[in-house]
Amino acid sequence: MSFYRAHVLVCAGTNCALKGSQAVRERLVSELEGRGLGAEVKVVETGCFGLCEEGPTVVVYPEGVLYCRVTPDDVPELVEEHLLKGRRLERLIYRQPVEKAVQTVPQMDFFRGQVRVVLRNCGVIDPESIEEYIAQGGYQALGKALTEMTPADVVAELKASGLRGRGGAGFPTGLKWEFAARAKGDVKYVVCNADEGEPGTFKDRLILEGDPHSVIEGMTIAAYAVGAKKGYVYIRGEYALSIERLETALKQARKMGLLGRDIFGSGLEFDIEVRVGAGAYVCGEETALFESLEGGRGEPRLKPPYPTDVGLFGKPTVINNVETLANVAPIISHGAKWYRTLGTEGSPGTKVFTLTGDIVNEGLIEVPMGITLREVIYGIGGGIPEGRGFKMAQTGGTSGGCLPAELLDVPMDYDELAKVGSALGSGALLIMDDTHCIVDIARVFSRFFEHESCGKCVPCREGTMRLHEIMTRITTGEATPKDIENLEALARTMAAACLCPLGQAAPVPVMTTFKYFREEYDAHIKEKRCPTGTCRALASPAVSLAAGKGV
Amino acid sequence: MAREVKKAVDTALVDKIVAKHRTREGALLPVLREVQDSLGYLPQEALERVALGLGLSLSRVYGVATFYSLFYTRPKGRYMVRVCESAPCHVQGAQEVIDALIRELGVSFGETTPDGRFTLEKVSCLGVCGVAPAVMIEDRVYGNLTPESVVAVIQEYR
Repeated sequence: MSFYRAHVLVCAGTNCALKGSQAVRERLVSELEGRGLGAEVKVVETGCFGLCEEGPTVVVYPEGVLYCRVTPDDVPELVEEHLLKGRRLERLIYRQPVEKAVQTVPQMDFFRGQVRVVLRNCGVIDPESIEEYIAQGGYQALGKALTEMTPADVVAELKASGLRGRGGAGFPTGLKWEFAARAKGDVKYVVCNADEGEPGTFKDRLILEGDPHSVIEGMTIAAYAVGAKKGYVYIRGEYALSIERLETALKQARKMGLLGRDIFGSGLEFDIEVRVGAGAYVCGEETALFESLEGGRGEPRLKPPYPTDVGLFGKPTVINNVETLANVAPIISHGAKWYRTLGTEGSPGTKVFTLTGDIVNEGLIEVPMGITLREVIYGIGGGIPEGRGFKMAQTGGTSGGCLPAELLDVPMDYDELAKVGSALGSGALLIMDDTHCIVDIARVFSRFFEHESCGKCVPCREGTMRLHEIMTRITTGEATPKDIENLEALARTMAAACLCPLGQAAPVPVMTTFKYFREEYDAHIKEKRCPTGTCRALASPAVSLAAGKGV
Repeated sequence: MAREVKKAVDTALVDKIVAKHRTREGALLPVLREVQDSLGYLPQEALERVALGLGLSLSRVYGVATFYSLFYTRPKGRYMVRVCESAPCHVQGAQEVIDALIRELGVSFGETTPDGRFTLEKVSCLGVCGVAPAVMIEDRVYGNLTPESVVAVIQEYR
């Protein structure tokens, strides 16, 4: 193995790629070759580093210096200064908002509050190299499980860790595995739910792009624990790069005997197939996903029976989210006791969040459960751009609730967020500043559900449509106080009668905005006035022209 | 990746795709994906061949083909322009970007430009919310768009 005196990590996550990281990487390689440094300095393409707002990002090791917004034209100077002369190129070094230049990665506010378990390798290794994954301790947990533990031990460790499903529902993973392990039948399946469709969420995409082997390892451990021979990853069709990286990783794992027959000489036989979705939000619901995988319309099934008894192709099935599975190997390696040192009593471990909307550091973060919204937004997130005021944060994606400034100190875990009418959900955090209209955004939420309802059950098919109609009437000034009564009755009916979480959750974002921002609704309904001037039908012509929003 | 819309359906090609996947469990979605990749969309004749080949009723195949937003049963333009109108894009100014797109292309959602070059479609979420507002043209994603920059992006495809 050749020795390199320095490694230059170029983020190849989608966000950085959009900003031209590929050209930066190519220029780096040619520049290093041109200066005869090709054998001394290695350029590595990594998965997402998390600081998407500052992309394309480049990290130079061994010093760990982070350069931001690097363009191909910056490359000759970067190579000249840092890699030839050993001086840091000050003008490209990451600067914290209002503070001075930060020298190395661990010193950044953005990383200080973070604990990286799931994202341990993202932005650190080349996601297309199984050797680098193994060099970071990868597949050791699988080896440990297969050679030192019985399937029952694995289940017990998972149960003891308190890991809960990271797809949104928060069901205890160990318990799910135990049900599947106990279920009768020779044929069982392990399914990875990578149909990430919750608006504002892109964590699963970045985990698969940045560290696909961590998911494969988690699935293989699950297969051993429950006795499955076949696994599927159901991934949304829009995630071209994730699909490509995952396929590459699967080939590498098969070649090394980490998938296939007799894994680690233990007799375990397991392989994984990738299935690509075709564009339906509802397929993120587990039973709808099974229907889709079986070749049908993605319509949810009635539960019970639960998937651990009657799942994919009618067989007992463990279905876990990408992030849940990426937690498995560290738990097996370091133990449940270690895992419980992170997070809260009821929600141990870390959570990956995606920060979007009006926030300085848009991107991907991983923090211990129980951290407050305030710490995330004003600490790691760097606050709201241009010093504007905070209005609300929506947790858990479009099906989550909206929280006002009074709730900024709520600890973020499954139980605490549920108490205030919201949800941890997928980990999406949408931040809105005080220039936005709360009623307008609630209308956008309701439009989403109307579009994505699968149409199988009446309360959802009709309910999402009526919800959107009422919200549209409010934003166009046609609503009456009667609409508010109807809205409340509709929300109750949908929560109780809809078949799956899509319909049950559809009124949640609307009703939480109604609960916490009632005066803004009243302005729209009673005074026919939009306080922020966002709703075009209500804003006076002068206001809409001034805001540049005239039709 | 431009896709040519063919006039007559190449049924032999459809049969070949069906034969390749027919032993897989739940083969219908992979088959439809590949047929669409080859033909540009899913014409009725192709759906009939798929139904026949997989031993399914045409109504079932048609039901699946029309359920998913990435399947098309009508011809579409050479370039598919998908614009996200979900909340994270919305708060970052997606509406202005959508207005600019509609002005630039001269068509509304679900329509194809008269020259057959672009089909405009709204989507729920592209999963690239970190660079909102976002548009996807065929397989390429464009982010951090403004009403001006989205017009420049369209010009690249003219």
